Amino acid sequence: MAETLIKFYQTGTFTVGNRLLSEDQRSVQANMHRTNSLNSGHRACQGCGEALGARYAIDAAMQATGNQLIAVNATGCLEVFSTPYPETSWQIPWIHSLFGNAAAVASGVAAAQRALGKESVRVIAQGGDGGTTDIGFGCLSGMFERNDDVLYICYDNEAYMNTGVQRSSATPPAARTATTPAVGSSPGNVFGTGKNVPRIAMAHNIPYVATASVSNLRDLERKVKYAMSIHGARYIHIFVPCPLGWGSAPEDTIKIARLAVETGLFPLFEAQDGEVTASTKIRHKVPVTDYLKLQKRYAHLFGNPPDLGRIALIQQMADHNIAKYDLLN
Amino acid sequence: MLKQTEGSRAVAEAVALCRPQVICAYPITPQTHIVEGLGEIVKAGELANCEFINVESEFAALSLAIGASAAGARTYTATSSQGLLFMAEAVYNAAGLGLPIVMTIGNRAIGAPINIWNDHSDSMSMRDAGWIQLYALTNQEALDLHIQAFRLAEELSCPVMVCMDGFILTHAYERVDVPTQKQVDAFLPPYEPRQILDPADPVSIGALVGPEAFTEVRYLSHHKQLRALGLIPQLAAAFNKQFGRDSGGLIRPYRTEDAETIVVALGSVNGTIQEVVDEMRASGSLIGSVSICSFRPFPLAALREALQHAKRVVVLEKCLAVGLGGIVSDGVRKSLSGIVLNGYTVIAGLGGRAITRSSLTRLFEDAERDELEQVTFLDLNADVISHELERESKSRRTGPTAEAILRRIGPVASSIG
Repeated sequence: MAETLIKFYQTGTFTVGNRLLSEDQRSVQANMHRTNSLNSGHRACQGCGEALGARYAIDAAMQATGNQLIAVNATGCLEVFSTPYPETSWQIPWIHSLFGNAAAVASGVAAAQRALGKESVRVIAQGGDGGTTDIGFGCLSGMFERNDDVLYICYDNEAYMNTGVQRSSATPPAARTATTPAVGSSPGNVFGTGKNVPRIAMAHNIPYVATASVSNLRDLERKVKYAMSIHGARYIHIFVPCPLGWGSAPEDTIKIARLAVETGLFPLFEAQDGEVTASTKIRHKVPVTDYLKLQKRYAHLFGNPPDLGRIALIQQMADHNIAKYDLLN
Repeated sequence: MLKQTEGSRAVAEAVALCRPQVICAYPITPQTHIVEGLGEIVKAGELANCEFINVESEFAALSLAIGASAAGARTYTATSSQGLLFMAEAVYNAAGLGLPIVMTIGNRAIGAPINIWNDHSDSMSMRDAGWIQLYALTNQEALDLHIQAFRLAEELSCPVMVCMDGFILTHAYERVDVPTQKQVDAFLPPYEPRQILDPADPVSIGALVGPEAFTEVRYLSHHKQLRALGLIPQLAAAFNKQFGRDSGGLIRPYRTEDAETIVVALGSVNGTIQEVVDEMRASGSLIGSVSICSFRPFPLAALREALQHAKRVVVLEKCLAVGLGGIVSDGVRKSLSGIVLNGYTVIAGLGGRAITRSSLTRLFEDAERDELEQVTFLDLNADVISHELERESKSRRTGPTAEAILRRIGPVASSIG
């Protein structure tokens, strides 16, 4: 998994700049043979982090498997915006069955490949945080436990966006959703709830678990390609801002995703066989308020007077992650 | 080959002879012995190119089957009762997607109160999910129906449930004739999917469909079942030719030619009914019976043909449509549209209560005298009912009903008779 970061001193950033690289170092998206697996023309909102993440993830998986890929999709935004039939954005074999069974359906697809002697065909399951951390969790855990040969990708936008922004077990504390409204004495989602599915995935001792973000697409591609280079149950949890649900500007999707990483709220790490093996260091640590203020779902924290107590609690969560994953050094 | 074996084992061997490529297993009484048998067959290496997968729930079992079937594998699973309800969403989904999965239902009651014994509440609850439903009369027929079911499912691209009475068939040791691999191969060609997830020819399966096309999609699944009305008798005839046995078909009339009273039922209870018919015929009664094998599609025309000259029809049901009475009765009445005769619904055998020859004889004699209620509960314990109703009328906090009844009945409640 070792990666050599290629720094572009000409611009002073890590942005991709593929033209300066040799062909083999370029991103999948910059490659002229990219497959456009999730093709243009779909109906995602402006600034949709999930559409961006899925495009990069699936194209990277296609490259890694020599285009021998089948995708299984849980019900959700990605399913709905990509297949208003007779239009479909999917250029790969793709199936949607139910909200809560993507992991099991994918296990079945993988089992069929073995039974039919088509082991070169690989399988991805994908869903949003609701389809993964809540309703699909039983099937996900079963797929992990059996170590089925499936890469499951969760596109985490921290609520049920397709049904109109309701709380999921991935919704962070204080966030306003339609079912955790910004009213009452402690507006938004409560503290002390939710589940960390990457850590739970690790507890199954599966070969590979990673978190990724649409703010670092080279890293996302690398993790997907690595995941497809090995067999067994694999899990990648991708942070995908949702302008509609979060009340953020569509053009701020990447910025917000980057701030989630740079604050420590969404640590980027990799784990093999249940142990964390790498984490992405924070380059410029920023306070959580920089992240929170760009999103209307947290607007109630910044009233008059601001909710300094709960902002401090969120800062504590970020600092805890920084210490736990050794994100500063 | 003739052998004395358990119904579940016979079905496991029949399924293995059909060369399934993916089998998903989750235990639930009374179907468990079937998947145990298959697990043993696969683990022993007796069934090549088959993936046997132990899953974490029935919902996962059928979901995994959906993925495997869509990827081009011949796929099988089995369940019962609560398990069928737990996978209900996937039951509808498999049919909606047109995936030819074969699933055995070891028929069992649905709780509460929790009950592991036989009736038809489970499969009846899924009667409109778009699956074909075949009910086996004997263990031999259960075995045979699985071989027919794979061919039927794959010809139509429609999932099929083979329903066999829990314990009464699944756990009964009987003589069965297990065919040879060569015979089954000659009857059941390799699976040729209509749709397949294949990187060489990518398709999207399971897209969102709006009002502009949903009715047409649903109509086509109805049309499939109408086609099955023709195909099921054809396959039964082809099966008879290949295996030399009469199994399956839409319905099985028994001594109905001049019958004034005809009893209609599904599944193994037809064995008892036929014995009672013989006994009553011997003493001069004009009685016959019809066993429905294909409940979905429902054989309206065949039933009309078999029942239209009767004076009365008694539908014996192992399932209660609470607040209405019978489920099978509705279909039977529809088949007799415009024909005037007396129709009776009898709810019998719920939660495994034995349906005895003596009870049936009394029942049919009452029917012959037209002394039956529209809806009758066979062998209902009137004392228990009146006591419980009286108790409930006297005080508010009467506690849990089932427990109160058991307390009154005492330890004899473990008797199923």
